[in-house]
Amino acid sequence: MTYEDVVSFAGAFGLIFFMVLFGIVLVYALWPGNKAKFDKAARIPMRED
Amino acid sequence: MTDRAIGDTAGATYALGAALSFGAIVSLFLMARAVDPAMAFHGFLFFAFAVGGVFLLIRRHFNATANPERFAKEAAGYNDGIVRAGVIVSTFWGVVGFLVGLVIALQLAFPVLNFDLPWTNFGRLRPLHTSAVIFAFGGNILITTSFYVVQRTCRARLAGDLASWFVFWGYNLFIVIAATGYVLGVTQSREYAEPEWYADLWLTLVWVVYLLVFLATLYKRREPHVYVANWFYLAFIVTVAMLHIVNNLAVPVSWTGVKSYSLFSGVQDALTQWWYGHNAVGFFLTAGFLGIMYYFVPKRAERPVYSYRLSIVHFWTLIFLYIWVGPHHLYYTALPDWAQTLGMTFSVMLWMPSWGGMINGLMTLSGAWDKLRTDPVMRMLVVSVAFYGMSTFEGPVMAIKAVNSLSHYTDWTIGHVHSGVLGWVGFVSFGALYCLTPILWKRERLYSLNLVGVHFWVATIGILLYITAMWVSGILQGLMWRAYDSLGFLEYSFVETVEAMHPFYVIRALGGGLYVLGALIMAYNLWRTIRGDVRAETSEHERAPAALAQEGARA
Repeated sequence: MTYEDVVSFAGAFGLIFFMVLFGIVLVYALWPGNKAKFDKAARIPMRED
Repeated sequence: MTDRAIGDTAGATYALGAALSFGAIVSLFLMARAVDPAMAFHGFLFFAFAVGGVFLLIRRHFNATANPERFAKEAAGYNDGIVRAGVIVSTFWGVVGFLVGLVIALQLAFPVLNFDLPWTNFGRLRPLHTSAVIFAFGGNILITTSFYVVQRTCRARLAGDLASWFVFWGYNLFIVIAATGYVLGVTQSREYAEPEWYADLWLTLVWVVYLLVFLATLYKRREPHVYVANWFYLAFIVTVAMLHIVNNLAVPVSWTGVKSYSLFSGVQDALTQWWYGHNAVGFFLTAGFLGIMYYFVPKRAERPVYSYRLSIVHFWTLIFLYIWVGPHHLYYTALPDWAQTLGMTFSVMLWMPSWGGMINGLMTLSGAWDKLRTDPVMRMLVVSVAFYGMSTFEGPVMAIKAVNSLSHYTDWTIGHVHSGVLGWVGFVSFGALYCLTPILWKRERLYSLNLVGVHFWVATIGILLYITAMWVSGILQGLMWRAYDSLGFLEYSFVETVEAMHPFYVIRALGGGLYVLGALIMAYNLWRTIRGDVRAETSEHERAPAALAQEGARA
């Protein structure tokens, strides 16, 4: 395994890994069922203290 | 009940007391066996810290046993005492750090101000300035606001009373050791990580306790959802721990001397330094302060953040992209080309989450834009977010290799950094301090809102003078360096470019002076607020409707 092999593997793996993670984040953030939870969470700082 | 409250902390008191006593013995040993005077002095500082700590522990114990009711009352509810202490030291370090910045700005304009003394020369005072503003001011603000925000958004008292005070005092001991070390010439010459190995070890210990206090508070939260501000704070704490440990791996020459050598060498050393250096910007000066934005902007505007979904995407994209951008500090060096391209690509992509976050912060005010006119604190917070957007647009542009070939090593970089730190980090911190002080000392409002308005304008004009001077000076400098005559010789000698900078350095110092003045106005305002004074004044808020009514009558 040469230096070039490592570089090209790391590049391809990094691309796939980050795109998949980004996809998961997007799905979680935009999932319609989560909306109520997020709306409630957004009001956390509004509570009296 | 009250006896139990004292009993709960007794074990921790003995453990910490024992640790401090052991620390006192070790520091005595450091002092006695020190191979250089700086280590002897720092050994003394460690010793004073340990003895002072034991004294405070004993006093606390006697206070608790003498007045158990009061102790139990303070041990219930939120721990605001530590936040109050944090507000005071943050303000203090802010003023000190900005002042040192003004001094070195004047030194660049008028070199005679170096005084030809080792302790006051630019090379030693520059890290004193950067560490004082980033770590002393910024770090204390982050620790303070994180302790406040995590309690309020988790509806839980801060975990571990003594542990949080250890973080507070321990962190500030690190600051004092770093600062005095620079003046005495102690440095490992790693930018933004100048303190030597023993200070780094101490900070590691303090930082791990900080992480544990934060995590334990999250763990005992009574709010099911972890609010997004805490995610940003946690990313800041965890990543800074990782960066700090890896970048500072070094071998000390002697266990009782200040000098050490880095484990890295050559281009690996440079990359490790800038992996650390740019993530100090990304996770210390951005992620942490975004935690402040996500709590204080909605709180002050009295409306929830524009899009909670966007804040989640903002968080994850920001932390995934930031960690890769370090190589953009090493263009056209021995660093492999693919790594340079990687740094450039990620820097440009980073523009998206940054602007997503800016839009999220600004749009939180939609429907409440009138607060910009009526509330100077809100104005400060909003302008800080605008500066965040501006400097995170400028950053990716400068990270494009072709642009960087002009901008690198010039004052443009200095201007860019300062639009970020004076505009974004500074203003969002001032906003948080103005929000916190009346709440923590239970005052009806700030001593004077008009003074906040004065601070806002003085500081804003200061920043504008600073960054416009540095743009002109930086581009001028870059163009002069690359100017060739018809025979292919460099057109200007280096000293000619230095001479050309002089007027801009004077303007920059003027801008910095205004920023210091603004900070002093804030310190005065906060001090009067803490004292309980309220200035009788017609605020802009009250004036505006009256003025409108008058105009209506005239029409």
